[in-house]
Amino acid sequence: MADSGVVETLLQRIEKADDGVDSLNVAASLGVDHQVIVGAVKSLQALGDIISADLRSSKHWELTVEGSEIAEQGSHEARVFSSIPLEGLAQSELMKLSFGKIGFSKAMSNKWIRVDKTQEGGPRIFRAVENIEDQVREKLLQVQKGNFSQLDEKEKNELKKRKLLSEVGSWKEKKFKPYNFEAMGVAPDCGHLHPLMKVRTQFRQIFLEMGFTEMPTNNFIESSFWNFDSLFQPQQHPARDQHDTFFLSDPALAHEFPQDYLERVKKVHSEGGFGSQGYKYDWKIEEAQKNILRTHTTAVSARMLYKLAQQKFTPVKYFSIDRVFRNETLDATHLAEFHQIEGVVADYGLTLGDLMGILHQFFTKLGITKLRFKPAYNPYTEPSMEVFSYHEGLKKWVEVGNSGVFRPEMLLPMGLPEDVSVIAWGLSLERPTMIKYGINNIRELVGHKVNLQMVYDGPICRLDS
Amino acid sequence: MPTVGIKRDLLFKALGRTYTDEEFDELCFEFGLELDEITSEKEIVSREQGDTKASDASDVILYKIDVPANRYDLLCLEGLVRGLQVFKNKLEAPRYRRISPVNGDPQKLIITKETAAVRPFAVAAVLRNITFTQERYDSFIELQEKLHQNICRKRSLVAIGTHDLDTISGPFTYTAKPPGDISFKPLNQTKEYTATELMSLYKTDSHLRHYLHIIEDKPVYPIIYDSNGIVLSMPPIINGDHSKITLQTKNVFIECTATDLTKAKIVLDMMVTMFSEYCSQPFTKEKLSGEFINRKVGINESTEKIAQLLTRMCLLSRATGVGDEIEVEIPPTRSDVIHACDIMEDAAIAYGFNNITRTTPRAYTVANQFPLNKLTELLRQDLAAAGFTEALNFALVARTTLLPGLLKTIAANRKMPLPLKLFEVSDVVLKDETKDVGARNSRRFCAVYYNKSPGFEVIHGLLDRTMQLLEVKSARGEGYHIQAADGKNSTFFPGRCAEIIVRGKTVGRLGVLHPDVINRFELTMPCSAMEIDIEPFL
Repeated sequence: MADSGVVETLLQRIEKADDGVDSLNVAASLGVDHQVIVGAVKSLQALGDIISADLRSSKHWELTVEGSEIAEQGSHEARVFSSIPLEGLAQSELMKLSFGKIGFSKAMSNKWIRVDKTQEGGPRIFRAVENIEDQVREKLLQVQKGNFSQLDEKEKNELKKRKLLSEVGSWKEKKFKPYNFEAMGVAPDCGHLHPLMKVRTQFRQIFLEMGFTEMPTNNFIESSFWNFDSLFQPQQHPARDQHDTFFLSDPALAHEFPQDYLERVKKVHSEGGFGSQGYKYDWKIEEAQKNILRTHTTAVSARMLYKLAQQKFTPVKYFSIDRVFRNETLDATHLAEFHQIEGVVADYGLTLGDLMGILHQFFTKLGITKLRFKPAYNPYTEPSMEVFSYHEGLKKWVEVGNSGVFRPEMLLPMGLPEDVSVIAWGLSLERPTMIKYGINNIRELVGHKVNLQMVYDGPICRLDS
Repeated sequence: MPTVGIKRDLLFKALGRTYTDEEFDELCFEFGLELDEITSEKEIVSREQGDTKASDASDVILYKIDVPANRYDLLCLEGLVRGLQVFKNKLEAPRYRRISPVNGDPQKLIITKETAAVRPFAVAAVLRNITFTQERYDSFIELQEKLHQNICRKRSLVAIGTHDLDTISGPFTYTAKPPGDISFKPLNQTKEYTATELMSLYKTDSHLRHYLHIIEDKPVYPIIYDSNGIVLSMPPIINGDHSKITLQTKNVFIECTATDLTKAKIVLDMMVTMFSEYCSQPFTKEKLSGEFINRKVGINESTEKIAQLLTRMCLLSRATGVGDEIEVEIPPTRSDVIHACDIMEDAAIAYGFNNITRTTPRAYTVANQFPLNKLTELLRQDLAAAGFTEALNFALVARTTLLPGLLKTIAANRKMPLPLKLFEVSDVVLKDETKDVGARNSRRFCAVYYNKSPGFEVIHGLLDRTMQLLEVKSARGEGYHIQAADGKNSTFFPGRCAEIIVRGKTVGRLGVLHPDVINRFELTMPCSAMEIDIEPFL
């Protein structure tokens, strides 16, 4: 609490003055430190709506330590002058004094003293004038009193050069508004990546870390042959219906197929072979030629496996993450197009145990370690397994993917060696993204109705936590 | 996946014990079924038609069970129970045998050549000494319906007709006649109709009208008569009223007419095996080695044990004693078994998938990224760093350019603060005769700037930045430059559209959007955009 006397005086002064008082002037006239006045101002402000205070910036000058010494004892050159008696002083003696060296050259340039070098016993210094005015000391005393406006800029800068004065920013007297640490900062102006694509980047990363090579999936339009027939999915199957598949009107038909392979596919469907009874129906090339928007990226896996079979076999691991199209009922979690994630491993002697093993490795990278497998059915895999993981929150097992071993009727007509097994699994990209980012309606994630604020605010994607 | 609705209590009665919902769910999981829903008729009607209509409906608990699409033998209570009982070792795997009738010759179905024009194939069988309870009867009808919807492809491939054998007499004739020449009293009607009249009559029948097209425009319609000229059925539309099955029926004549003979046989097998212990087809036997099963699954079981596992799946098996050879009987109920791998899967299911030891594929492989995707990933990061936000639009809608998708995204997000700066790097589809399917994808980069002022310089700046990222100099010829595009492009404002040329070839364009385009997309502010093909930069 400030000195109440000062507070009262200040209040009286303010009352009397028409357009306010300057705190520095008040301090000077009362002969108190400026900080005392500042304290008084603060006290008055704390009491309520009594005074209003304006902050003004001004340069404020202070004496350095050396400057204070001089203000007290006089400048070096003045002290030099006063230490010289009528008969003069040997220079060597003068130099012994603490203020000698600096004071001598200054006194000389002020023409207050003269040197007689002809004296025996060395150079001797004599007073050159009767009296001096210690202007430096005067000026410093003015500043000390607070009247630094009395000095002009040139004088102040000179004294500053001699390190007798220092300039002090007036921030010391400023009142700083306290920071509101509860408020938010300014949001940086930046771009953002789409959450689904962020999740895709992570899945890509996972596959690459596991040694999987990316398949070229940049073909949305596929022939029924590669999408269905090569996968041993029969013609006349529900999935090939109008209501599950988008057929193209232009270009309506594919016009090029590996002919020998096509014949083998036709045979295995209609008559059997390669150890199979086949489906025993009339296989029609017209059905196979029909172009569609691919219903799964497994069509690309088929192309890749066929390509692999045309050369000497080496084990491979392939993956892809890309768009597929299904003409199905649409609802809050289903769209006509979505992204499929697929992994494929081909090698000699792979077992169902191997499939489960690699699924464990894959899902562990997603932070999922508890898995269970359920018998399922796909036209092109046997055995087929649905993959379930335990959801701690919902306290139940939820399906996280589908997997299986490709059927011999698919692999052998391609020309792959008989003891090569191909295991594969897949899941959708949208589902884990919606879970990760807490989105309930898929239309807020994909498509033009995306919630842009959600895109702006989306966190980095860490799939394993 | 096909779904069967089974009354829970009936199911448990047939299984010989009750289960909690969790226990039954677990059993389904092991076997490969899914307990999709536990409901009642009342709940279903209430949901579909409202509570008032539901007040009369039964509230007997129903289990809706999803069944694998290739297991027609699990489409009814009888088949489901049999499968589960054998799986749990409660029942021995049934063996189906054909038997001769006690007195006289087997029945005959004569197929005439006229059927070739409309529905060439037919198979038939007789079920004797059947006793129908209401439930069994309902199940019998329900199975026909399920088979019709699934394997029969809505009756177009196969149609089933079932008749009370004691009301008719063989030999039976399956032929085809012009519609005007066919006349009979159809099921649940009181008078005779010609086939032509029936086509009109059933046009308003909510159930039957979906099947009329299968034969409607044909010159002749299929028809089955008994030796006295009584019409059994006009497949695939309707049976005759005369031979209809009642709860008192003891002997059933089943006919399946078809355009696919294989499927007709499968369907017939299902009908007889589900409702009898005897059938008209002998079983087939396959031989395989225990080693094959062990090797493919990744287990190590003795030959005898494997035979036991298979038997639990209704594939009656025994070790022959010759090395590790196993002889497996494939019953007619298992039309899904067409390769040894189908048998192997059943062994794995009986063993229990979750009992198999996990192993890891040993092959060492070095991963490679698909170059176009690698480029895309790298670009996306820096485009976001340049201050643009990524959008993701439907491919179905914007087939040949990404711009409409981005404009729609802006229109749907108009309340967001300006400027809106969006981009997308994604595929469009183009026709390409050099490709086997006649089309290919093209990877594009598209960006838009939407603000109170068009911001051409902003989009231009983004282009410059992109070229910088792709190490393409700003230089005519060896690098890139932009030049005024001709006025023909109606997307952009005339005089404010430029072609982007890289090393002499056009890769895209940029410009201020034409006000007509702005309006068409229901936007209200100026907008500038650019789109380029990024494949030349690989």
